[in-house]
Amino acid sequence: MTTDVDGLRAASQRVRLRDLQMVSSAGMGHIGGEFSVTDILVTLYLGVMALDGPEPDRLVLSKGHAAAALYAVLAEAGLLSEDDLTTFVQADSALNGHPARTKVEAVEASTGPLGHGLPIAVGMAMAARLDGSSRRVFVVTGDGEMQEGSNWEALMIAAHHGLDRLVLIIDRNGLQQGAAVADTSDLEPLDDKLRAFGWAVAEVDGHDVEQLQDILSAIPLVPGRPTAVIARTHKGHPVSFMSDDAGWHHRVPTPEQVDAARAEVLAT
Amino acid sequence: MSALHDCRDAFSRTLIELADHDERIVAVVNDSVGSSKLGDFSKRFPDRLINVGIAEQAMVGVAAGLAAGGRIPFVSAASCFLTARAMEQIKVDVAYSDHHVVLCGQSPGVAYGELGPTHHSPEDLAWLRTIPGLTVVVPADPAETAAAVRWAAAHDGPVFLRISRMGVPDVHAPNVTFTPGVATELHPGDDVAIIALGTTVAPSLEAARDLADEGIGARVLSIGTLSPIDRQAVVNAARQTRGIVTVEEAYRSGLGGAVAEIVTEEHPVPVRRIGLDGFAPTGSTHWLFKRSGIDPATIADVARHLVEEG
Repeated sequence: MTTDVDGLRAASQRVRLRDLQMVSSAGMGHIGGEFSVTDILVTLYLGVMALDGPEPDRLVLSKGHAAAALYAVLAEAGLLSEDDLTTFVQADSALNGHPARTKVEAVEASTGPLGHGLPIAVGMAMAARLDGSSRRVFVVTGDGEMQEGSNWEALMIAAHHGLDRLVLIIDRNGLQQGAAVADTSDLEPLDDKLRAFGWAVAEVDGHDVEQLQDILSAIPLVPGRPTAVIARTHKGHPVSFMSDDAGWHHRVPTPEQVDAARAEVLAT
Repeated sequence: MSALHDCRDAFSRTLIELADHDERIVAVVNDSVGSSKLGDFSKRFPDRLINVGIAEQAMVGVAAGLAAGGRIPFVSAASCFLTARAMEQIKVDVAYSDHHVVLCGQSPGVAYGELGPTHHSPEDLAWLRTIPGLTVVVPADPAETAAAVRWAAAHDGPVFLRISRMGVPDVHAPNVTFTPGVATELHPGDDVAIIALGTTVAPSLEAARDLADEGIGARVLSIGTLSPIDRQAVVNAARQTRGIVTVEEAYRSGLGGAVAEIVTEEHPVPVRRIGLDGFAPTGSTHWLFKRSGIDPATIADVARHLVEEG
C-alpha cells in the first residue's frame, strides 16, 4: 500500500485527532512525543512499507511510550479496529501504555524501556539476511533514548555486519522527559557520530511527509551501510501551546485544551 | 569417583548436532566463542555464529530480533555478564516478549573462582526464577546437559540453561531424557531429603551414600528445572522425611529460597540451606565450595543433624 503525499497528510491529521481523543479519554499518554512521531509512523505504514506479500517490511517502535500514536496508525493501516482503540489502557486491554507483541499481532516488538528497539531491529535484519530476504527493517527511536549505551552497541554491530536494509529513524524533537536533550547529555554532533559509526546519514524535516517518503523509499542510501535518518521534529507538533514544551511529555490536556488542540490540528 | 566432565563439551557437541539438522539454529556470543567451546560450531556454520562483540545488552536484543525473524538463537556468554548486564533485555526482549531464545549462562556460580566476585554469578538463580515464563534449567552432568539442549531447541519459549565448566561426574543414565519441571530422585531415603541442582548433585549423592552406611536414608532429588520447580516432589520430600537440605552453587535465595517457599506454604518442616553467601574471597572453585559447605562431609553433617533434631 502506498499513499500519496496528500493522503499521508490527511492520515496524519486523523491520527492526531484520534490520539488526542485516546489520551483525553484514558487520562494518560505521552502526547508530546506521539505528536512528534506521528508523521514518521504515518509515512512508514501508509507510504513506504510493504505490509503484506512475501517480504513484508518490519517496524519496531523503540520509543514505546508513543504507543497511542502507533495504535492509531495501525488502525489507519487496517491492522487494528476503531473499537480496539477505545480500549487504550483500559483494564485487561491489549493496548498497553507501551506496545506488547504478545497482545497485538501487528506490534513487532515489545518496547517501553529505552534502548531496546535498535538491537532487536538489528537481529531482525540479520535474520532477513540469513533468509536471503530483501525485507527492510525500520526502527524508530526517540532522541533522548540515544543516550542509552545499548543503542551504540547496536550501531556498531549493524555497521560491522553491513546491514543495509536496516533503517533507523530518530525522532529528533530535542526534548526528553525532564528537559532539553542538549541540556541533559548532549548528542551533538549526532550526524557526525552516526557517520563515524559507519552509518549513512540523512536529515529531514520529520513533519514533512514528502521528504520522509522520499528518503525512506531510497534505502539503502549507501550500499553496504545501514541508514540513519535524523528527523527534525517538534514535541507536541502542531499544537502551539504544546510545541517544544517538555512539560507535554505526558501531560493530559483538559477538555478546553482538547478543543483548542483539535482546532489547531484541523487547521494544519 | 568416576571421570569428571566439563558440561560445555556436551553443550557444544549437541548444539552442532542440532544445527546440522535445523538451519534455524544460530549461536549468538559476546566474544565468547572459546569460553563457550563454540570453536567447532563457528567453523562448521560461520554464517550462523553471530559474535556481537563485548556488548551483552545488544546481544540479547539481537537474539530477540533473530527469534522474531524465525531463527532459534542460543545466546552463550559467561553467566555473570549475561544475567547481570542484560537483565532488562532478558526480562523484556526475551521473557515478556515470549521469544524462543535459549540463554546459555556459561561458567556460572564460582566457576571463575580465582577471578573474584566480578566474575561470579551466585545471584543468577535467585534473579531468574522470578521472571515469568522463563524456564530455568540447571543440568547436573553431560547427559542431562545434552538432553536439556535438545529440549530447549524444541521448546517454543524462553529458556535459561546454566552450564558449568567445573568437572562433574556422570550422575544420570547416559540416555536420560529431560522433562521440564520434573525432579529426578537419584538416591532413595525417607529420613531426610537433600535437594540439589547442577554441580551440587554429585557431592549430595556422595553424602547420601555415606549416610546410608550409617543407616540414615537420605533422598537425593536432582532439580533439573529450578523454574518451574517440581512442587510436588518438594512437598513429598517435606511430608515423607524429617527435613530438607538444599545445596546450590549460588546464593541460597535460589534453590533454597524456592524450596523454603513451598515448604512454608504446603507442609512446614525444618529446612537447611547450603550455598554461597556474600562476595567470595579469592580462591579456587573447589576451595570456595568447601568454604561454603558444598562438600559431602558438610552436607552429610547438616542432614544428620536434621535427622537427630527431628
